[in-house]
Amino acid sequence: MGEREYDAGAYVPPAETEEMELVHPKTFIGKYIWSQDAKVIAIQYGVTATAIGLVALVLSLLMRLQLGFPNAFSLIDPGEYLQYVSMHGMIMVVYLLTAIFLGGFGNYLIPLMCGARDMVFPYLNMLSFWFYFASVLILVAGFFVPGGSMGAGWTLYPPQSISEGTPGSEAGIVVMLLSLAVFIAGFTMGGLNYVVTVLQARTRGMTLMRLPLTIWGIFMATVMALLAFPALFVAALMMLCDRLLGTSFFMPEMLSMGETSDHGGGSPILFQHLFWFFGHPEVYIVALPAFGIVSDLLACHARKNIFGYRMMVWAIVIIGVLSFVVWAHHMYVSGMNPYFGFLFAITTLIIAVPTAIKVYNWVLTLWRGNIRLTVPMLFAIGFIFTFVNGGLSGLFLGNVTVDVPLSDTYFVVGHFHMVMAVAPVLVIFGAIYHWYPKMTGRMLNDTLGKVHFWITFLGTYVIYYPMHFMGLEGVPRRYYAYGETTFISDSVQTLNVVISIAAFIVALAQVLFLINLVWSYYRGRDAGPNPWRATTLEWQTEHTPPRHGNFGESLPLVYRWPYDYSVPGASEDFIPQNVSPEETRWQAEGRQS
Amino acid sequence: MTVSLVFLTALMVTFAGWLLWSSFNVRPWEAQSATDDPAQPLPSMMSAGRVGLIVFLAVVTSLFALTISAYMMRMEVSGDWQPLPIPGLLWFNTLALMLASVALQWARHGTTRADGSMVARGLWAGGIGSMVFIVGQLVVWYQLSVNGHHVDSNPADAFFYLLTALHGVHLLGGLVVWGRLLARVRRGAAPVSVHSHLELCTLYWHYLAVVWIVLFALLLLDA
Amino acid sequence: MAIAIVLIVLALGSVVFYFLSPWGLTPLASNWGAIDATIDITFVVTGAVFVAINVFMAYAILCYRFKRQRRSHYEPENKKLEAWLTGLTTLGIVALLAPGLFVWGNYVNVPDDAHEVEVIGQQWHWSYRLPGDDGRFGDVRTHLIDESNPFGLDPDDPAGQDDVLIDSSHVKLPIDRPVKLMLRSTDVIHNFKVAQFRAKMDVMPGQVSYMWLTPTKTGDFEAVCAELCGMAHFAMRGRVEVVEQGEFDDWVAQQPTFGELQDVGEGDPEAGAELYARCVACHGPQGGGRQEMNAPRLAGLDDDYIERQLRNFRQGARGEHEADRFGQQMRPFAMTLEDREMNADVAAHIETFPVEPTRPTIIGDAERGERFYRSCASCHGADGEGRRALKAPRLAGMNDWYLVRQLQHFKDGVRGRHPDDWYGNQMVDMAQILVDDAALRDVVAYIGTLSGGESSPQQDSEQARAEE
Repeated sequence: MGEREYDAGAYVPPAETEEMELVHPKTFIGKYIWSQDAKVIAIQYGVTATAIGLVALVLSLLMRLQLGFPNAFSLIDPGEYLQYVSMHGMIMVVYLLTAIFLGGFGNYLIPLMCGARDMVFPYLNMLSFWFYFASVLILVAGFFVPGGSMGAGWTLYPPQSISEGTPGSEAGIVVMLLSLAVFIAGFTMGGLNYVVTVLQARTRGMTLMRLPLTIWGIFMATVMALLAFPALFVAALMMLCDRLLGTSFFMPEMLSMGETSDHGGGSPILFQHLFWFFGHPEVYIVALPAFGIVSDLLACHARKNIFGYRMMVWAIVIIGVLSFVVWAHHMYVSGMNPYFGFLFAITTLIIAVPTAIKVYNWVLTLWRGNIRLTVPMLFAIGFIFTFVNGGLSGLFLGNVTVDVPLSDTYFVVGHFHMVMAVAPVLVIFGAIYHWYPKMTGRMLNDTLGKVHFWITFLGTYVIYYPMHFMGLEGVPRRYYAYGETTFISDSVQTLNVVISIAAFIVALAQVLFLINLVWSYYRGRDAGPNPWRATTLEWQTEHTPPRHGNFGESLPLVYRWPYDYSVPGASEDFIPQNVSPEETRWQAEGRQS
Repeated sequence: MTVSLVFLTALMVTFAGWLLWSSFNVRPWEAQSATDDPAQPLPSMMSAGRVGLIVFLAVVTSLFALTISAYMMRMEVSGDWQPLPIPGLLWFNTLALMLASVALQWARHGTTRADGSMVARGLWAGGIGSMVFIVGQLVVWYQLSVNGHHVDSNPADAFFYLLTALHGVHLLGGLVVWGRLLARVRRGAAPVSVHSHLELCTLYWHYLAVVWIVLFALLLLDA
Repeated sequence: MAIAIVLIVLALGSVVFYFLSPWGLTPLASNWGAIDATIDITFVVTGAVFVAINVFMAYAILCYRFKRQRRSHYEPENKKLEAWLTGLTTLGIVALLAPGLFVWGNYVNVPDDAHEVEVIGQQWHWSYRLPGDDGRFGDVRTHLIDESNPFGLDPDDPAGQDDVLIDSSHVKLPIDRPVKLMLRSTDVIHNFKVAQFRAKMDVMPGQVSYMWLTPTKTGDFEAVCAELCGMAHFAMRGRVEVVEQGEFDDWVAQQPTFGELQDVGEGDPEAGAELYARCVACHGPQGGGRQEMNAPRLAGLDDDYIERQLRNFRQGARGEHEADRFGQQMRPFAMTLEDREMNADVAAHIETFPVEPTRPTIIGDAERGERFYRSCASCHGADGEGRRALKAPRLAGMNDWYLVRQLQHFKDGVRGRHPDDWYGNQMVDMAQILVDDAALRDVVAYIGTLSGGESSPQQDSEQARAEE
């Protein structure tokens, strides 16, 4: 990407930075609808993603209703069940998690944490949100087209995704692919902004090795997303051609409902390669921002510097790079050349090493810390527990032999929900509890927050941990009902009831969270500029919430890394990044560090 | 996927090298006074716009690399691949696009020499060359379909349409920017003021010309 | 405080759950004990790491809770510790990976003495093919598949003539002999999975994938589809019976080869007319059915379905359940049609009957029924015309009282649960969506409004005769 051409690491902008021209609209619409302020765009992203995420949550509850109490309701038929499964997966992975981490937290935190006035291309940034918004509208329209929404699984595997016999193959799949194409176009606009802002708009003194890990995580995830989303884009385009123009990129010679189809010679496995070339990095696109954010939460609330900062940065980068060469571990039993299994098992398990290092460093950050069990901290700890669980079950599925009996069972469902649903969502909650005071100037209610945490953390464990054991027994996933399958014991149904009930309770707890968000906005305790006594730049703004332009008259100067907590001898247990060594106040006599 | 992997490897090695350079021997936990920092001016060649465009081109390269990967994998797996005859017109189109690219380079040169008419003429030539290219590509599509090479007749045909369409759409996007730039020049913008925009435009055109040459070479290799 | 205790309880509780869980691997029935061993190794390693990390974290939280007067320890990094941790993790990963790769080496290399069985997946059932005496499979082409050649074998390929075709979802395998399963799909991606065998692989259209195993236990095993393949994915079941070699050989000998099937002509409607005489009393001279005799209409049903049901009745796969009173009445009649040929003749005769409208006897809400019928339409067709390739009979024009009764039977497992009723289980699973009697009546009422499309078998045959 041309970073070679100059040394961005050591680059420090001149003392008199050329001020950005910011668009300051006066009208309500200009300020809050067609806004070019990254913070407003962030909130737009967040609200839209949460809204569509709630739709996906309701879909999952409908699924749990069917699985827990089959034959009790006539709400859902087998086709609808598959539609709910598919839309739930697609919405959660792409339209909620990707959008909220990169579009939401990325937009809010990158300019603030880097010490910039705004994103470098604010207009493009605005367009990015509206493309995303349009893609969500198209997605929702998919529910109402004839034949209903796409029902081919979020993996969209052809030939079934576009052939008769699959729900939504009439129109739903076309709408889905269009929506994805628009999403990707919009994301690319936003992604360019995030990357270039981190590279070019850091304030004076903010060297690469002084970036908070949050920014590293979001930055690396964005780079990966920019490179990986084209794979999905190409695959979607080719599938649209197969569906609408009669080409045979992916469609083999086959029967459709007993009739010979017009297609021939295409390769369904080619689609899988393209899809997972996007799909696996996508896992880390969601995970890396979570890794970054949780590192900052831990450091701040344990009043201790993150352990092994450089190792953490390198781990993020290595995970990002490696995630592009592991995609075929989703295809061990796909009928691809079986010898690929050796290669991809090795690369996949290598990724476990940097990931494990991150976990060690989080835990070592707590060790000998001064831990405040605030709500964000609880969520961060919950994340570590959940992520360790989900990461370790990944060692089963990544190891090619072990994957054979477990693939396409509830073991997989349990694993990926732990590692890329619950874990990142716990981080999202933690991050909202952490940054809400900056966004609104008010604290979220602590008691409600703790109740929310305990129900969510324990409830999700009850939901997903037992699923691994169902998977061991061989219970296949994406089944509408299990009937009297001989190898599935009757008690599995009891377990399904328990899981469903837990799911309803967890879903209810999210209502508490929404209530907390709204109530605290009006009635919450006044937060002040830096309630957590944190070091990073967003807490040092002149106004809370920060105004358009983020900082006051001049941009902050950065003198230190973001983890100066409990520096020996300092009079406070934190030193903000913009406090120079000369300004630092020391205990008793003025000694040097 | 070899093509994509090679591209990614190159990119990631660059990236890792850059990171190594920035983190090697750095002790991030040490605070420093501002006065210790060498305050160097922002190199003009690395304006935000330019970095943005380069990142965007990396994304587009990923897109084309993946499509080419798909092209090669699809060619391998099936017995139904029938290479399509390369219409002679494509040579002419290639020439038109190259000329357009050269013309924009010329216009860019005009901005450094502050020569307004040179800029305008270069811009016009570049745009017209590109439009000729696009019309030429459409004529090629027409010729092919008349000769029975429809998008659904063979995977080789389908890929030809797909690749040329992807490339053409990117060029059309470029032409939108070109149109806005031309409007500014015609409204009498000083050559210096359009320099940075024209520079980005030129870079984009060179890039698309290279992509086209790669695609064309692929098609020739197949035929 | 609470969080530390909860972490410890959860971490240890998870381990206890592992030991006490009534859910776990099904009893192994193949040679793939090595796969189970790799799973166990992974459980031990990951379990230890899981407990270690979480207990350590909980301990840290207990020891280092916030105190105003205390400061955190200041230590930006510790290269030695980080190197040790990295090294140990790498060792652990190698310990997991090495056995995995070793077993995978076995998994992809088929022993030379393995015999081959082809598994064919299609929406939403399985069928099988054995290579026959020459040990070679004949060429297959998906576009050659039609009613008389359901496997799509190339009739000109001599290697295919002796291929043994098993047009049912039930296959037998000999015990203790390695078998290479060649996996082929005629439509979308499926995955042939028998949980007790551990091995599985996708069935990918456009190519033939494979896997191998040695069955080590005799018995009946259920095969399921493990790759989403459309609406009725969950109902796509098969049955693998592992038997002694002798029984296997006998069974194979009874199955038709491709050559034999080609020689068997179409059923003879003339001969069928004679045989049909015994059916007239109940089903009527034109197969119109008689409600007072509880005999359903036959006209309109395709020969494949009629033949299969006659076979089911004869073998006791249908009409044996005590709750199926009228099915029991049918059995003795079916027994009198002694062989396949007689079945085919009768079925061919039935195909000649004209389809006339039936009189509705059931009152239901057809509009509500339409919603339920969406699931039925995938197999039985939007117009209830039936789809032979999916083994789904015509529904349009059938007696509504009969449909209600059969749906009830399917729902209660009275019909379709017998292991020899190859496709009945699909209807058992699908009928569950009709949660109550009203739903059942509604869907049947909707079926009553269906036209059956234009290409009913009867019209086809009329057309064919007209052409002659």
